[in-house]
Amino acid sequence: MNNKKEKQKNILQKILEILKTMASKPSGLIGLTILVFHVVLAITSPLYVPHDYKAIDPTLMLTPPSSEFWFGTDSLGRDVFTRTILGGRTALTVTFFGSLIALLWGGALGIFCGLVGGKTDDIVMRIIDAFLSIPWILAMLLIVSLLGTTTLVLIPALGFFYGKGIVRVARAATHDVIAKDFIVSARARGHSNFSIIWNEILPNVRDAIMVEGAMRWSWMLLGFSSLSFLGFGVSPPTPDWGLMISNARGLMSFAYWAVLAPIFGLSTLIIGINLTADAFAKALGIDRSTKAPV
Amino acid sequence: MFFLVIKRILLGLITLFIVSLITFVGVEILPGDACTTYLEREAYGAALEACYERLGLNVPAYERYISWAAGVLQGDFGYSLSGDMKINDVLGPRVKNSMVLASASILIGIPIALLLGIITALWRDKMPDIIISTIAIFSMTIPEFVSATLLILIVAIWLEWLPGIVIVPTGVSVYELLPNIILPVIAISMIMTAHMARMVRSSVIQVMASDYVQMAILKGVPYWKMVFKHVLPNALLPAINVVALTIAWLLGGVVVTEVVFNYPGLGRLVIESISNRDLPVVQALAIILASIYVSINLIADLMTLMLNPRLKSLQIKK
Repeated sequence: MNNKKEKQKNILQKILEILKTMASKPSGLIGLTILVFHVVLAITSPLYVPHDYKAIDPTLMLTPPSSEFWFGTDSLGRDVFTRTILGGRTALTVTFFGSLIALLWGGALGIFCGLVGGKTDDIVMRIIDAFLSIPWILAMLLIVSLLGTTTLVLIPALGFFYGKGIVRVARAATHDVIAKDFIVSARARGHSNFSIIWNEILPNVRDAIMVEGAMRWSWMLLGFSSLSFLGFGVSPPTPDWGLMISNARGLMSFAYWAVLAPIFGLSTLIIGINLTADAFAKALGIDRSTKAPV
Repeated sequence: MFFLVIKRILLGLITLFIVSLITFVGVEILPGDACTTYLEREAYGAALEACYERLGLNVPAYERYISWAAGVLQGDFGYSLSGDMKINDVLGPRVKNSMVLASASILIGIPIALLLGIITALWRDKMPDIIISTIAIFSMTIPEFVSATLLILIVAIWLEWLPGIVIVPTGVSVYELLPNIILPVIAISMIMTAHMARMVRSSVIQVMASDYVQMAILKGVPYWKMVFKHVLPNALLPAINVVALTIAWLLGGVVVTEVVFNYPGLGRLVIESISNRDLPVVQALAIILASIYVSINLIADLMTLMLNPRLKSLQIKK
């Protein structure tokens, strides 16, 4: 029991240390600040939105920014500011749980393949390669158009499609540790496969997989908002940046505010997650700039 | 060496075979088939039977797969549902248009990416690097549809320099297409350039820190001679593979960019065929896009093999 508490304390200390390293560089600090801001905004924004996000008012169509409507109104007379601060909620939730799923199944399958090797590994990697060569957008659009655009479809579908790249990374990381002496000695001590994975391999590949997961998060956000933009993501009237940009795009020669506000929200969030992921990777000693975005 | 090339090509073909299986099985297990999705509410009774009959959907799945795959191998993708056109006729002009867009972006993007990557690496952490790297991070993280929309807003609407969207029919000649592709090419090559420049940068930095470059510096080799003779050849080779993966990855983004600019290429066909629930066309597109991905990677693999004697011997030893 005491031992467990000690362990928890150690983990907490390690997390704090990583956060400190991340915040010690300006880019990491900026990234963390933006990310925290967006997460707080997403959680608390329903408490202080100035207007109803779905209140349609034809008399207020496309009014420019004013003291009442800070970012103006859109083509249906809805307040753009309200919709912008609410617009990241779905995207953040879906992509967060999506990348968690991606991390779990990708990491598990990757470690498994790296450990067993042989024919199983060959076959699984061929299938993963095949999935990698189908553009994600085609597969996602097909799934979503046939199964619907509910969150319950989007989260597992995104989780699946963004996890296949993690399989490769986890497998490569497992290969790196599998030949080390401590694995051989654990085998010699007669530890079970499960114990070897849990106690010996996982602590050594965890960093690589987590960095990969953080990167996936930003790409998944990009993918999710692209789907919304194309009309295959969140369904109206739910406020979502991708959808807002796509709706306001046709009228941007009259009402640029309706398109600029969601663009600002989406871009800052993606940049924030990216800078954070970069700093996170650097804090763990992994250089992600040499990798292709697969 | 010869066997290695054959092996790579075989692996690519196996991947494509699995892709064909995945798309076929995927369309098969997802609810609805070509007929029910196409006919929607009228999908019952005689109309449904007639549709099954017409598309040959009333035979077992494996038989359909074999006849479909045999057709694909002969370059025949069958018929599209909407408009009853041969899929080949639908695809032909689209492939050409997308090729024009892609080659223009690659031709412009790669040299700029190389130049920027080398500059940022050689002036690492100095002003040029900080400025270029910051811009690169912005342009590679912001989604394609956002940068494309911003480009239209600024260049087409505010400055009125260029038309914002492409309004040409699908079958126009390359010559007529060219003035229309300026903005789409800028949008695509901006992201591509940023990704590649970043990789070239870290590759060059890695080589600059290597022992043989340190040795060359100690020997007193002039700086630029060292850069061109020792650093670049060694730094650019490993970048080829990564660049290829990036180009292939960007295929998905090109779909979105084409939609934003209303460009009549493969990307817009993806959206159109999915909106129309035209599953035969979707299957054909999956195969074609996967083939592009596999070939780009294959070419990159072979290029690295041909150009790098070190890697060649290493691979054979394995």
